[in-house]
Amino acid sequence: MVLAGNPNVGKTTVFNLLTGQNQRIANYPGVTVERKSGRLASHAHVEIIDLPGTYSLAPKSVDERIAFDMLVGRLERAPDVVVCIVDASNLERNLFLATQVMDLGVPVVIALNMIDAAEQAGETIDVAALSEALGVPVVPMVARSGQGLSELRTHILNPPAPPPAWQWPLMPVVEARLPTLEDALDQAAQPVVTGPQRRMEALRALCEDAVLAQWEAQAPGFVEAVGAARQHLESRNVAYRHAEVAGRYQWINPLVHRVKKRHQPTGIASLSDRVDAVATHRVFGPLIFAALLGVVFQAVFAWAVPAMDLIETGVGALGGAVRTLLSPGWAANLLVDGVIVGVGNVVVFLPQILLLFFFLGLMEDTGYMARTAFIMDKIMKRVGLSGRSVLPLLSSFACAIPGIMAARTLESERDRLITIMVAPLMSCSARLPVYTLFIAAFIPAGKLFGVVGYQGLAMFSMYLMGTVMAVVAAWVLKRFVFKRSGGYFVMELPPYRRPRLTQVLRRMMQRSQIFAVRAGKIIFACSVVLWFLSSYPRPSTPGALQAAEGAVIDSTAAAQAADIRSSFIGLMGRALEPVMSPLGFDWKMSAGIVTAFAAREVIISTLGIIYSVGAEADETSLALRDQLKADRYPDGRPVFTPLVALSLLVFFVFALQCMSTLAIARRETGTWRWPAVMWLYMTGLAYVASLAVYQGGRLLGFA
Amino acid sequence: MTLNELKPGERATITGFAAGLAPARLLEMGLLPGTTIKVLRLAPLGDPMDLRVRGYRLSIRKAEAALITIERPAP
Repeated sequence: MVLAGNPNVGKTTVFNLLTGQNQRIANYPGVTVERKSGRLASHAHVEIIDLPGTYSLAPKSVDERIAFDMLVGRLERAPDVVVCIVDASNLERNLFLATQVMDLGVPVVIALNMIDAAEQAGETIDVAALSEALGVPVVPMVARSGQGLSELRTHILNPPAPPPAWQWPLMPVVEARLPTLEDALDQAAQPVVTGPQRRMEALRALCEDAVLAQWEAQAPGFVEAVGAARQHLESRNVAYRHAEVAGRYQWINPLVHRVKKRHQPTGIASLSDRVDAVATHRVFGPLIFAALLGVVFQAVFAWAVPAMDLIETGVGALGGAVRTLLSPGWAANLLVDGVIVGVGNVVVFLPQILLLFFFLGLMEDTGYMARTAFIMDKIMKRVGLSGRSVLPLLSSFACAIPGIMAARTLESERDRLITIMVAPLMSCSARLPVYTLFIAAFIPAGKLFGVVGYQGLAMFSMYLMGTVMAVVAAWVLKRFVFKRSGGYFVMELPPYRRPRLTQVLRRMMQRSQIFAVRAGKIIFACSVVLWFLSSYPRPSTPGALQAAEGAVIDSTAAAQAADIRSSFIGLMGRALEPVMSPLGFDWKMSAGIVTAFAAREVIISTLGIIYSVGAEADETSLALRDQLKADRYPDGRPVFTPLVALSLLVFFVFALQCMSTLAIARRETGTWRWPAVMWLYMTGLAYVASLAVYQGGRLLGFA
Repeated sequence: MTLNELKPGERATITGFAAGLAPARLLEMGLLPGTTIKVLRLAPLGDPMDLRVRGYRLSIRKAEAALITIERPAP
């Protein structure tokens, strides 16, 4: 069976109710729409598929196309029964989609959800009358409390007969034209479109250019017939393009008035309205939004620290334990330096990512996210984005991967592409360890005017720089690359609802899992490769010189440092040094930056290996910090000065050093072109910005 | 007049679409000729608009609202 419904009607809640813990999330083949499926609790033979929430089945967005194709059985076997979830407190618009589903010739059950909310708003719905008028079973439900579940299960296990299709009135002039079109379609596409769908397809092709375009190659005769019909209707001044929508609403409107009885609202009916009088207020609205963001970032950066420390300690302990278990040799080195440290580097961000997703989930579940889009839309529109870009860009502060995936909710292709292209400029949590290490090492600990710490200010500047550049880049893309106009902004403002902790936590886990698995795989592979590149080729007699001179103490560390200079990584670093030295970077930093193109945080492991404090170096490692400070060029100049550190930080703010981001951008845009452009512009930006910082700094007399 | 000219708190009935062609999404969301709309408020920066239509709340930009022709009810 299949679950269909508008967004924000409690579809996920009903899905969770029906399936229990039994869920699987995958993607539909070839597209990035989530295919959420599960098994009916205690009836494992019934598969339940949760379709993406849509307002219509006339395929305009990817979500709608998937929903439609699933319902008519073009993707998989057609469903045995469709449960259409309808928000009782918003009956009229919800029934629009329901009537579209009812016209498909499959058995339909309507789950009339949130009858409690309708009741509070002063509306009682005559369920029996509604069921009779529609010709399908209607189950009143309050999914949050589980009310109505057993009745819904009974209907799922004993599906009704398909409802009568086409109960709504179509304009007679349009109606008269349909048989001709159906015949034309029949000749061209008989095996694809059958029965009641044929009539619908003919009507949609008549009304919508996008649907017609799909038939151009396959059924030229049909396209011609539609053209003729349109000409005929236009000559008689018929608003035929409204025919389907107008017909449905014409039928639904009186029906809703018949089954809905109004009485006195009981309390919180207009609560959302009153909350919004403040939450989207001219002055308070933006202030509240800014304050909320402040709380979220405070949480992500302060509260996550203990958990992150704990993970670091754990990873270190695990590495140590493995070392004592295994005999020393390349296998132990690979396992500890490569695998454990590499994967540990990803796991350590999980607390931050979990927290960020928790807050984003909370904002979505309460309905506040739509308000942020409402508040921000005008600003975002000016730079080529949309209010709906706020969520993807906020997510990108945790990680660009979920951010880029969240851009799917943008209907306009232009807005979606621009959002994807600038999302990686938001400082993600992988940059954080790099910021932390270099700021702690090279920015003085004092306070500006005795209030704001220099280090905190530097950290804030990194985030600000990335965000400002994202806005500039979006504007440039809008102005010079995507000259088409943006899409429409048509967004429902759902009523505020009390968030459900289990749902927020579940979504948080699901999203974090996607991040951890994808990033984990890449980091794992890179760590192994990196370990190999930094360990080979080995000099034939490692550390022989020092041993001969009697410097036995610390010989392993010194030998390792010598090894790495001649390893593949050392070679790469030295080869790149001429390009990187204008930015103030020596061969070690160049090598670090090269390896960081796999994933940013890898630079710390690389520098750690190079500075021979062992690959378990991390951003709080005092030894690495001190080694960086103490490092000198042969002529005695320090390798790292505050200016070099700043140049490196700026490089990391802008550069796209993340394979996972490129991979996900490729998947979401369907071509390598956009990820390539993304990489080039961001890396170019990083180089130029670092160059400006370093050379400008030197001109101003800084070391 | 068109919908973008309506002030917060005012009501009107949709009469049609400028240029005769409405974006399909607006139609599907229930903005059809004959539908009554109330403007609840504007976003802090004056755009988009927050509307009540068919018992729910919808937000559209003024640019879209300018495509919708309306008629204020007789006082």
